[in-house]
Parts: sequence; C-alpha cells; structure tokens
Amino acid sequence: MKFLLFIIPLLICYSAKAKTIHVGSKWKYKNVTAGIQAAESGDTVLVDAGHYKEKNLIIRKSIVLKGLNYPELDGESKYQNISVFARGVVIDGLKITHSGISSLEDLSGIKIYDGHDVSVKNNFLEDTFFGIFIEKGENCTIENNKITAFNKTEQQSGNGIHCWQAKGIRIIGNTVTGHRDGIYFEFVNKSFIRGNTSTSNIRYGLHFMFSNDDTYVSNTFSNNGSGVSVMFSNRIRMLNNSFKENWGDAAYGILLKEISDGYMEGNRFTKNTTAIYMEGANRIHMKKNTFQNNGWALKIQASCMGVVLERNNFIGNTFDVGTNGSLVLNTFKNNYWDKYEGYDLNKDRIGDIPYRPVSMFSMIVEKYPTAMILFRSFITTLLDKTEKILPSLTPENLKDNAPLMKKAF
Amino acid sequence: MKKIIKFVITDILRNRTMMVYTLFLLASSFSVFSLEDSNSKGLLSLLNIILIVVPLVSIVFSSIYVYNSAEFIELLVSQPLKRKSIWLSIFGGLAASLSIAFFIGAGIPVLIYQANMIGLTMIVVGIMLSIIFVAIAMLAAVKTSDKAKGIGAVIMLWLYFSLMFDGLVLFLLFQFADYPIEKPMIGISALNPIDLSRIMILLQLDISAMMGYTGAIFKDFFGTFTGISFSIIVLLLWIALPVWYSTHKFNTKDL
Repeated sequence: MKFLLFIIPLLICYSAKAKTIHVGSKWKYKNVTAGIQAAESGDTVLVDAGHYKEKNLIIRKSIVLKGLNYPELDGESKYQNISVFARGVVIDGLKITHSGISSLEDLSGIKIYDGHDVSVKNNFLEDTFFGIFIEKGENCTIENNKITAFNKTEQQSGNGIHCWQAKGIRIIGNTVTGHRDGIYFEFVNKSFIRGNTSTSNIRYGLHFMFSNDDTYVSNTFSNNGSGVSVMFSNRIRMLNNSFKENWGDAAYGILLKEISDGYMEGNRFTKNTTAIYMEGANRIHMKKNTFQNNGWALKIQASCMGVVLERNNFIGNTFDVGTNGSLVLNTFKNNYWDKYEGYDLNKDRIGDIPYRPVSMFSMIVEKYPTAMILFRSFITTLLDKTEKILPSLTPENLKDNAPLMKKAF
Repeated sequence: MKKIIKFVITDILRNRTMMVYTLFLLASSFSVFSLEDSNSKGLLSLLNIILIVVPLVSIVFSSIYVYNSAEFIELLVSQPLKRKSIWLSIFGGLAASLSIAFFIGAGIPVLIYQANMIGLTMIVVGIMLSIIFVAIAMLAAVKTSDKAKGIGAVIMLWLYFSLMFDGLVLFLLFQFADYPIEKPMIGISALNPIDLSRIMILLQLDISAMMGYTGAIFKDFFGTFTGISFSIIVLLLWIALPVWYSTHKFNTKDL
C-alpha cells in the first residue's frame, strides 16, 4: 500500500512530463510560438522542417525544442531569433538565420538570460549579429553548432559565442567563422572549451577577459584578423590547441596580457607573425609547445615575471625571441632551438654552452621596424655574430643554459 | 661577333679559376644542403654565398680578364670590326660563362633539393647578380687603364655594395627613425642590386615576419606583380646602364 502511494504520484508526474508537441504545416500547431504556448515545462516541442518567421521566440518553460531536418527560424534581419528565460532548456537541430543588428540590445541568434543547465546543440546559425549569447548562466552546454556570419566590419558584426558572467560553461566542437570575435568570454569561470574551430573572424578567434580557471583543449584558431587575445585572467590551462596563420603587425597567435598562473602544454603555433606576445604575464608554465615558421616565436616584454619555458621546440622561426628591455625574470630551460650552434662534448644531449635566443637584429627591429628591410644582409649578420661573442645590446640573462641538441619530442 | 663571344667563352671555360669557382659553388651548395637538417636552412646559407661570393668573383674575375686581354682587344680593334661589337662580345662571353658557372655550381643543387618558387628566385637572382657585376667590372676596367688601380677600385665597389651601402642605410634608418621612411626605403633599396635581390628572396623566405606593419609595406610593394616587375626592371637597368656607358667609353678610348 505504501508502495502504491509512492508510485502513483510518480506515474502522474511521468505522464505529465512525457508530452511531445509537434509543430509544422501538417500538425495542429502551425508555428513554433503556438507550440511552445501549448507546452508545459518538461515537454518536447518537435519542429518539422520548414521556414518559420517567429519574430522574437521567447521560451519561459523548461522545454526541449528540437528540429527535424533543420527547420529555419528566420529573424527577418529585425528580431532576436530565440530568447531563453527558463532553466534546463534544450535547443537542438535548428537553423537560425538573419537576426537583427543592434549594438544597444546585442540581438542574437540564441540569447540565454540567467540560464542554468541550458543546452544548445547541433544548430546552424547563419548571418546572425551575435550567435549564441549567454548573459549570466551556469552549467550550460554549447555543442556542435556551426556559426557563420558574413559582415565585413566590426560594427556590423557581433561575437560568435558570447558569454558574460557565467560559470561552468562547456563549449564543445563548435565552428565559428566570420564574426567579430569567434568566442568571447567576460567574467566566465571554471569553464571547459574543447575541440572548437574558430577561423577567419574579423577580430579575435578567441577573446577573454576576467575569466579564471578555464580550460582550453584541442581548439584551432586560424586566420583571424588579430589572432587570439586573453587578458586579466588567472589559472588558465591551454592544452593541445593550434594557432595558425594569424598575420599582421598587431596579430598574435596568442596575446597574453596580465595573465597569471597559466599552464600551456602541447600547443602548436604555425606561421604567425608573432606566435606569443606576453605583457605583464606572471608565472606561466609553457611546456612541450611547438613554434614553427613564425615571424617571432615569442615576444616577451620586460614586464613579465616567472614565466617558465621548458622542452619547447623552436623550428624555422625568423626570430626566436624578441624583448624590449634588459630585465629578465623568466626561465628558459631544455628547449630545442634550431638556430643553436653549440656543441655537446659529454653526449648528454644538452648543449654545453648557453643559447641566446634574442639576436641583436631583433632588438634593432623592435626599435626601428623599418630595419626589417636589411634583414639577412651581410652587415646585420656581422652585427649578430659580434653580439653573440660580446653581448652588449641584448639582455645578458635571457638565455637557455641547457638547450637540447635534438628536438624535445 | 658570334665568333668573338664563342672564343671568349671557350677561353674562360678553360680557365682554371673558373673551374675552381664552379667546383667551390658545387661543393658548398651540396654541403649546406646535406649538412643542415632542413632544406630551408640550407637555402639560407646558400643565400649568403649568392649575395657575397657571386658578386665578388664576378667583379674581380671579369676585371682581371679584361685587363689581361688588353693585347687581344688591341689586336681585334686593328681588324675591320666595330668597337661596339668587340666590347659587347667580350661582355656577352663573360656574362654567359659566369652565369653557366653559377648555374652548374649552385643552380643544379638548388633544383635538386629545393625545386620551388624560392629556389627558382634564387637561381634567377644569382644569374642576374653575376651579369650585373660583370657589367660593373667592365665599366671600372674601361675607366682606369692601370690594372692595379682598376682591381682596387673593383674590390672597393664590391665592398661598397655588399657591406658599406647597408651600413649607410642602417645609419640613415637610425637618423630618420621618427619619420615615415618605409616608402623612401623601397627607392633606396633600388640603388643596390644586392639589396634588391636579397629583398626578393626575403619576401619568400620570411613571409611570416614580413607580415608585420613595416614588412607589410614592403610586401605590398615587392610582393605584387608591379613590385616584381619593378625589381626585375631595376636589375636589368643595373646591367644595361653600365654596359651602355662602358661601350660608349670604349668607343672613344685611346687604347
């Protein structure tokens, strides 16, 4: 009897939750707004393929909104496509197009207001101002979305994935192209970003500020206007990411500004004008990264402290390290530098004389960029050689005391 | 005219210096490619050889050759031949044989190890530099009759083009650092064939670094079709002008 008393309410609950509402031309509910109105928290709204003009679709119930064969929700270049005000909402398999443009309201393809446990997955977003926008949120998932924008200027374009004041966000396997910033974080903590591809965005591929304890794994950032920029954050972990072909004077594979206690391992930097630019970075540990064919592998300003670089490979870079002062509070050890000309008499695979990665010419170019036109000329080679023997301009302490003779990995 | 060119070429190719030069280039190119762990690093070492050794050998060898064949030239002049065609044939012979030597010595290894755009640019630039410095050497030789003086002048010229000019440019750079001198720099680089050749190769070798602000200006100019044609036209002018002037001088020279 007691058992029945327990199970009957549960069954009632279950029957209340299991409802599925179909939306489409051949169903009772012809548009999504009506379908959502009829639904209650816990229901699933299944949307058939088709073209829907819902103006601003507002979700205030914890429902699953699922598209079959990617129904298109058109914002008619005027409206925000979907606004989510409830917890536990799932948005799956939609095609969201043509949102309005407004910098005042930050119109988005999908905007989540104070959302908990909201999940947005497998959607296509095309020509939206902001793509997916989380304005305060906790424990949300953004997965396998493809976000594309076509605008040419920063003013006409918002960010692909934009998170503000959030915690425990998972951003997995998305592709972002053509937005202002591919992925943008502000005050986002304890979040996990994996396997995303952010390419050809107008400004940054990834941009975050005041976001602590985040982990970035296996993402690809390439061909973005200014590369990747991360500022004012603590305890960031970056593993196995790839930073490629970010070209331009102010474009960096990654810009680290006022970053503390970071850890970077296994990242690949290829063909960037500057692979890493560090300013005011403290206690960053960089291990087993590969720097290949960059203009500058590392620009480390004198304001950085306690940065440790070990077992990295530096291959085919025009300049290995550039700096702006003589103060060096960072450590280089056991890196492989392809420009190293030393020897290894005791065969312990560690070079017997230190390697100085800052060449005199890179100091000159730092001060007089036009001098780049004299690069690889006889006179600059001569200057570099004399500087190697008697260092005067280059910082005395910026050196790798135990450079590797063979690649670190 | 053809006969004289043929004679000059066979004469030079039999010359021991030319053999040594070819072998030296061949040995050094093969060794840089096989010693360095990556081919692009080998290309870099080869770049230094092209920019320093090739002009030096071309300019010194040609001037010595012209001085040494003074009697032969006098003999030719006494024949019913135009002075212009005598002088141009000697130039043609020298240019052809130095280019052949360069092509065998450096061109073939480059084609074997780096048969791409960079390699091809290097070969073209190397051949151009060989011819340019033959032209300059002949101008120096016709201007000074004294052999010792002439060879001294030629070495000074080489020193100027490969070292002093860049020193001056660096000095100018430091002096005018506060002004937008990127564009005048392009003009100044045209005043030195070695610099121009270096920049042409640089734009392909260090493309990532050249994408910085200043580099981008150079890249925007030299990287485009107009820029490449400009460079090639300037290099051709570096051949044509000295040859034209030295022919003119030789025409009126009292031998």
